[in-house]
Amino acid sequence: MREVVLKTPGDFAEWRCAARGLLAGGVAPDEVSWRGSEEGASLFGDAVAAAPGAQLSLPRELVEIADRVICHRDAEVPARLYRIMWRALHDRNLLARATDADVDWLRKADKAIRRDVHKMHAFVRFRRLGEEPGRESFAAWFEPSHRILRLTAPFFQRRFYGMDWAIVTPDARAIWQDETLTYGPGGTKDEVPDSDVVEDQWRTYYGAIFNPARVKIDAMRAEMPKKYWKNLPEAQDIAPLLAGAEARVERMRAEAVSMANPLTGKWRTRVQDELTRGEEIETLAELAKAVDRCTRCPLYCDATQGVAGEGPEAARIMLVGEQPGDQEDLQGRPFVGPAGQVLNEALEEAGLDRTQLFLTNAVKHFKFEPRGKRRLHQNPTNAEIDICRWWLDKERVFVQPGLIVTLGASALRGVTGKSASIKSMRGAVHELEGGTKLIATIHPSFLLRLPDRARAAEERAMFVADLLRARKLAA
Amino acid sequence: MSAKPILEKLAILADAAKYDASCASSGTVKRDAVGSKGIGSTEGMGICHSYAPDGRCISLLKILLTNFCIYDCRFCINRASSNVERARFSPQEVAALTLDFYKRNYIEGLFLSSGIIRSEDYTMEQLVEVARILREEHRFQGYIHLKTIAGADSALVALAGLYADRLSTNVELPTEAGLSSFAPEKKPETIRKTMASVRVGESEAIEAAKSRLIGKATPPRFAPAGQSTQMIVGADAARDDDILKTATNLYSGYRLRRVYYSAYSPIPDASQDLPPVRPPLMREHRLYQADWLLRFYGFERAEIMEGACGGMLDLAIDPKLAWALQRREAFPVDINRAPRELLLRVPGLGTRAVDRIVAARRLGKLRLGDLARLTASVKKLLPFIVTPDWRPGKLIDSADLRARFAPPAEQLALAL
Repeated sequence: MREVVLKTPGDFAEWRCAARGLLAGGVAPDEVSWRGSEEGASLFGDAVAAAPGAQLSLPRELVEIADRVICHRDAEVPARLYRIMWRALHDRNLLARATDADVDWLRKADKAIRRDVHKMHAFVRFRRLGEEPGRESFAAWFEPSHRILRLTAPFFQRRFYGMDWAIVTPDARAIWQDETLTYGPGGTKDEVPDSDVVEDQWRTYYGAIFNPARVKIDAMRAEMPKKYWKNLPEAQDIAPLLAGAEARVERMRAEAVSMANPLTGKWRTRVQDELTRGEEIETLAELAKAVDRCTRCPLYCDATQGVAGEGPEAARIMLVGEQPGDQEDLQGRPFVGPAGQVLNEALEEAGLDRTQLFLTNAVKHFKFEPRGKRRLHQNPTNAEIDICRWWLDKERVFVQPGLIVTLGASALRGVTGKSASIKSMRGAVHELEGGTKLIATIHPSFLLRLPDRARAAEERAMFVADLLRARKLAA
Repeated sequence: MSAKPILEKLAILADAAKYDASCASSGTVKRDAVGSKGIGSTEGMGICHSYAPDGRCISLLKILLTNFCIYDCRFCINRASSNVERARFSPQEVAALTLDFYKRNYIEGLFLSSGIIRSEDYTMEQLVEVARILREEHRFQGYIHLKTIAGADSALVALAGLYADRLSTNVELPTEAGLSSFAPEKKPETIRKTMASVRVGESEAIEAAKSRLIGKATPPRFAPAGQSTQMIVGADAARDDDILKTATNLYSGYRLRRVYYSAYSPIPDASQDLPPVRPPLMREHRLYQADWLLRFYGFERAEIMEGACGGMLDLAIDPKLAWALQRREAFPVDINRAPRELLLRVPGLGTRAVDRIVAARRLGKLRLGDLARLTASVKKLLPFIVTPDWRPGKLIDSADLRARFAPPAEQLALAL
C-alpha cells in the first residue's frame, strides 16, 4: 500500500505531480491511499514523496476537469480522480461514457464546482476601503462551498482591472494591487469593512425592483441559497419585504382607481391631431405616407411598412414588380433585396438608368410565412392584388408613364386587372386604355430560382432583351 | 426640476422599471478591462448577482431615466394620467450609480429605459447620452441594454447600437386591437419599423465586418447581444395563439434574440378597465415553454396549438406533453434508434438530455437504468419510450394518461 500526503488541499499541481509518478509506475488505484496533511498518518503503508513522473498522455478535457474538481471539499476526491485517470489511460473514450458510475460522479462533482464558481462571481460584495489618486480600493469577505478562490480570481482581475481589491475567504485570499495578482493565507470576516456607503442605495434598489404581486420564494432560494445570505447586504431585507407584500397588493386592489391626472389633456390633443390628420393625397410624397398607413387588406398587420413606388414623377418608364420582399420590407424601398440586385444588373446591361425609372410593386405590403429565423415569401392572392390596385392606379395617375413594364404575373394582373400568362403576352407590345404601352416580362426573382445554369443564362438574356425593347420603345 | 435626493429618485425610478421582465446580460461579445485598464467585462454567460423575493434575477441596474411620460398607455404605471410620484435622473447621475454598483459587484451593467418626455427623439438622445458617458468617459466595459424608443430617428437608433450590447423595443400588447385600445399613442407599425432599423443596423455592421480590408481596423459592432421585446400577458383579450403568432412573426422578421412574456401584474393607481387580479404566472410560464418549443425543439406554432383549447394553452400540463397526448400515434419512440428530432418531441426530454442520449448511445445500447444518469426524471418518459428493457404497452393509449401528469384539481387561485 502506497500513501500520498497532500500538503495543500485543492492544489492541482501537487496532486498532479503525485498522480503522474504513480501512473508512470503502474500503481493501481487500490494500492494507493490519499490523505491530507492534517489527517494523522496511517499505521500501515510506505509514504511516497510526490515525485515528478514521466510524460503521460491523457485527454485534455479530463485534465481540465480534474483541475477544477480537485477544489472539491469531498475527502474522497484525490483518490477518485486518480482512479479515473488510471482508467482513462486504458480507455480513451471514458469521458463519453455518460452512464459510467465514475464518469457520472466526475460530471456531478465538476458541475458542483462550476456552480460554486458561478455563484462566487455573482455573490462577492466589495466594500470600499479608500482611494489613492486615481485608484480606488475594495475588499470582500466570501465563503465559497469549495476551495475555488484560484478558479475565480482571474475573473475578478479581468473585470476589476482598474481598481485595487482583495477577496478574503476562510481558506485563502487573493489580492490585486499594482496590476499584480497574489494569493495568501485564509483570513476572517473582521479584516474586511462591515459597511459601505453605497449599500443603502443597493438595498433601496433591491426593495424597489421587487414586485409584491408575484412572490416566488422557492425560485429565489433555488438560485440564491440561504447559505450565501449572511454575506449579502440585501438579504436582510428579504424577510421584511415578504412580510409586507400581501398588504401592498391588497392596498393596490383597494385603491385601484383614482381620478385621472390632469396632465392627460396635453397628450390627448396631440394624439387627436395625428389621428384626424387628413387623407388628402396631392403629391407622390403624400401618397407614400398614405401607403404606409394603408389598412385596406390584412397584410399590413404583420408587415413592417407599406412600400410605395420610387422614382421621378416625370419618368417615362414604370417598372411594376410583385410585392416587397424581406429586405424591401425592412428598408421601406422597392427592389433593394436579391431580386433588386438582379434587376440592377439587367438594367445596366440594357442601358437603362435606374434613377430615371419609376419602380413600384403591384402589392405594397410584404406577404410572408414565418419559418424560424426567416420569412418565406408568399404569393399574393388575386384579391390582394386587386385591392392594392387602387394604389398602383394612383401612382400611374401621378407618373403618367408612356410605357409600363410588368415583372411577373402578379404585376401583370395589378396593371391590367386580369390574369394572363406571361408566355401569351411576352414579346409583343400591348396598349392599355389611354394609350400607355405595356411590355410583360418575368420577375427577376424567377432567375434566382432556376437551378440549371444554362437555362438561367438563356432566361436572363431574354429578360435583358425585353428591357432593351422597353428602352427603344420609350426613346 | 425637483431636486429629490438620489435615494428617493432611485426608489421611484426602479419601482417604475420593474414591469420590464428582461434582465438578461448574456449573449454579447467577450470583453474585459485588461486592455483599457478600466472597469468591466462581459464573458458570454450572464451572471445574476441577486434574486428578489419574486424569484426574478437581478443582473442589471434596471431603471428609468424618468417616469414622466406624455403617453397614456393604460396598463402602464407611468402613463400620463397616473398619479404616481414622478422623478428624473440626469444622465450623469445614472452613470455614477451604475459605476458605484458595478464596482461593488452588485450588477453586470445597466438596463436603461424611460418615459417619453418632450419627443421620441429627445428621449432617445438622453438614453444614448448615458451610454456614451459610460463608454467614453469612464471606459466602462460592462453590459448595457438600452430601450429603443419606438418612433425615434433611425440615426439615433444606429448610435445607440454602437454603445449598447442589446436594444429592445416593447410590443406590449400582441394584437393590433389591444394596442389601439390600451395604448393609443403606440402604433404597431412604428414599433415594427424601429425593430427593422435595428435589424438593418445589425446586418450593415456584419456586412462591413465581412468586407473589411486586411490591416484596417475592425468596424464597430452593432448591439452584439441583439434585440428583444416584451409582451404583456393577460391585460387584454389576446389569446395564447395570438401571442405566439406575433412572437413567430417578430422572431422571423427582426431576428429577435428573445421575446419576453410578462404576466400583467396589478399596478398602483390602475386604470379602470384592467383586471385587478393576481398576475397569470402559470400562463406566462406556459408561453415561455411554447416559445422554447418554437425555437429549440423544431415545433411549428400550429403543432403547439394542437394541444391547446380555444387558442389557449393547457395550464395544467406543459405544451409539449399536451401536444404528445393529441399525437399518441407518434409514440413510443425508441431511445436507441430514433433520430434527434424525434427524441426532442418526447415529453420530459430537454435539449441537453437529448444531446447526452445521442452521444451515449454511440457507445452502447441504453437501458432504463442508464437513462436515469442522462435525464432528470425517467418516470415522465415511461409512456413515450422504448428501451431494450422497457415497453410501455397499452400505457400510451390509456385514457387516464393526462391524469398521470396533471396536478390534482385544486382551487384555481392557489394553482396560480
